[in-house]
Amino acid sequence: MKTAVLVRTWIEERLEVDQFIAPLRSKTVPRHRFSIWYFLGGITLFLFFVQVLTGLLLLLYYRPSTQEAYESVQYITTRVQFGWLVRSIHFWSANLMIFMAFAHMFSVVFLRAYRKPRELTWMSGMALLFLTLGFGFSGYLLPWTMLSFFATKVGTEVAGQVPVVGHTLLVFMRGGEDVSGATLARFFSLHVVMLPALAATLLMFHLWLVQKFGMSVPPSVERRWAQIPEVRKEVRFFPNFLLRDLMTWCAILATLVVLAALFPAQLGHKADPFAPTPFGIKPEWYFLAQFQTLRLLPAKILGIEGELIGVFGFGLAAAVWLALPLLESHLGRNGPRWVRTAALLGMVYLGSLTLYAYFAK
Amino acid sequence: MQQSLLVLTVAVALGNAVAIAQQTTACSNCDLGRSRVEAIAEEFATDVHARNGMGCNACHTGAGRGAQAKGISAIPRQRIPELCGSCHADVDRIKRLNPSLHTDQLAQYRTSVHGIKLAEGDKKVAVCTDCHGVHSILPASDPHSAVHPLNVAHTCQRCHADAEYMKPYHIATDQYAGYTDGAHHEAMVSRGDLSAPTCTTCHGSHGAVPTGIESVASVCGTCHVLQAKYFEESPHKRIFALMNIASCVTCHSSHRVRHPDDTFVGTGPKAVCGNCHTPDEPAGQMANGIHDRFQRLEADLAGAKSLLDRAEHSGMDVSGVQFELSQAGDALTKARVTLHTATLSRVTEDVNTGTAVVVKAHQAGEEALREQGRRRKLVLIPLVAIVALLFSLGAYIREIERAPGSATGTKR
Repeated sequence: MKTAVLVRTWIEERLEVDQFIAPLRSKTVPRHRFSIWYFLGGITLFLFFVQVLTGLLLLLYYRPSTQEAYESVQYITTRVQFGWLVRSIHFWSANLMIFMAFAHMFSVVFLRAYRKPRELTWMSGMALLFLTLGFGFSGYLLPWTMLSFFATKVGTEVAGQVPVVGHTLLVFMRGGEDVSGATLARFFSLHVVMLPALAATLLMFHLWLVQKFGMSVPPSVERRWAQIPEVRKEVRFFPNFLLRDLMTWCAILATLVVLAALFPAQLGHKADPFAPTPFGIKPEWYFLAQFQTLRLLPAKILGIEGELIGVFGFGLAAAVWLALPLLESHLGRNGPRWVRTAALLGMVYLGSLTLYAYFAK
Repeated sequence: MQQSLLVLTVAVALGNAVAIAQQTTACSNCDLGRSRVEAIAEEFATDVHARNGMGCNACHTGAGRGAQAKGISAIPRQRIPELCGSCHADVDRIKRLNPSLHTDQLAQYRTSVHGIKLAEGDKKVAVCTDCHGVHSILPASDPHSAVHPLNVAHTCQRCHADAEYMKPYHIATDQYAGYTDGAHHEAMVSRGDLSAPTCTTCHGSHGAVPTGIESVASVCGTCHVLQAKYFEESPHKRIFALMNIASCVTCHSSHRVRHPDDTFVGTGPKAVCGNCHTPDEPAGQMANGIHDRFQRLEADLAGAKSLLDRAEHSGMDVSGVQFELSQAGDALTKARVTLHTATLSRVTEDVNTGTAVVVKAHQAGEEALREQGRRRKLVLIPLVAIVALLFSLGAYIREIERAPGSATGTKR
């Protein structure tokens, strides 16, 4: 104990850490019946750190070429000590991170945490959600398995449907006309360099905004607190809220360990570009709704290709959702109600189409 | 390159059209009438002979006008083989046009049942044009040709499945029905395997004859080499010869050749061995012994496969063992071929080879699952530590918040 105090004093004398912690000590977080939703952002952040850590460990052995990618992942899974655990945690953490990012986004919508002055917090969060999906899409190809190869082929074909620049985008994504070693190389660089750099920058901006504006209080709670100031409750950020955050992180880590042990990530068969497309090929669950929508659309709608309309629709929906705080103010008094209805419909659409695609043959 | 080919194709087509037009004009006054001749000329334009620059007079040597023309409007059936043979048996001529084409069709035809009966004056039997067509003959390699492997059986059945037409010959007419229900037809049509047998593979094409009892094994053995070899070594060979019964077809049927499975072996309800042997006699017991060995290896193989699948699905790499297990499948296939020796010891030898592989694979699968279990148990250690930390944090939060005013701070 005496040693710990000595070390702390030694560090304090040199770095003056206390002056950085002091604002955190005085910072508070509102406490109310919706407080539990505040943890989703922290969980997503924790899962991002898990991804970075396990990703770095996987990088020690992974080799990004069509000749070695599959074999190196196989080596990690079978020969490297705890390689299977690291890979399985990376796999489950990726899935949970995407789920938590969506849950965080919807909780922000329903609690109207995007309203002034937090518009930029919302937009940077949405950009992070898109980047998370980009992580999922680019990382899925890296083991170079049959499923990942053909899912990437189908996925990039969808990108090729974008009006005017579709073909250029497809060639840019694939590094040529077909999914090949060039695609694997650029997906690898995207997954481990470009996206992390972008995500880290955006994440710092997002967290700075969260710190700057503090946690948003839902309008209903805000009104009640204004009427009855004595019911207002707050909790210290440091250490009380942070320790609760740590508790949720422990619970998530335990969940990850259990999932990795009970349902380890599988590898499947190595990609064969000359093999016919496997029957019933589907993307990962987070793209299933869009995939099923494109499948259900008729070939032609008013003389225009159905897939083109679908891709345009997704782009438009994403743009509208990104600009949600700005658009809401233009909708007048009923704006919040419209947004809630749209969010509810969006959740029903994503959930039902995902289930439909999952069980469809 | 493509442009040159296009120009060449157009030139050849135009040349042929001019040549055929000249022939048509020359033949236009015959008794068939202008429109009929034009129809034949149009049909003939697609014919392989027309594409090689031949016209009507290549066959209709008497082409002319008036009374003379009447006799050549149709070539008599009995003259057709000789007429076709006048070119197709001419080695020098065929060599110049298509060096890979055989020139023994006429010689073969004369030895066939069709040729012999034609020589005897039977005009109902097949001649060249019945199978190859008249004015629209295509190379046998053309999928539209009636003698393309995919179409041969259908071409033969036009006569051979016609009970009324075949009545005078006193032969069966169910060959096509049997063939289309069999494994060979399935391989040909469903899998598109053009090397699969059709009528001409076993009976010959131009020299078509019924396959005799003594030659059945040789005919089947051209493809099923090992089975034929093992049958030659089996006790059945001598006994079948003594009983004057055909080898392969006695068990496998002739035209309706089904995919054999293990129910064929033994004295069970579907087993062919039971046609001659009873379960009590040594040969019947041996057949049942072979059947049991096949069944056991098959079941063991499926069990090992399922075990390895489970190990694979639980995240273990068993690809090497899975590959080795395929050797057990090969051993079972080999045993099913060795069955044709009708010798228990030889079949058992192959089955045992497969069983040894299966046992090894089974052990590897169990070891993989045990390893998976060990991994799960090992994960319990960090899991317990994490859960302990979780509860400690909860207890610590409760403790620091118990002090009055400690939970709240200044508002941000």
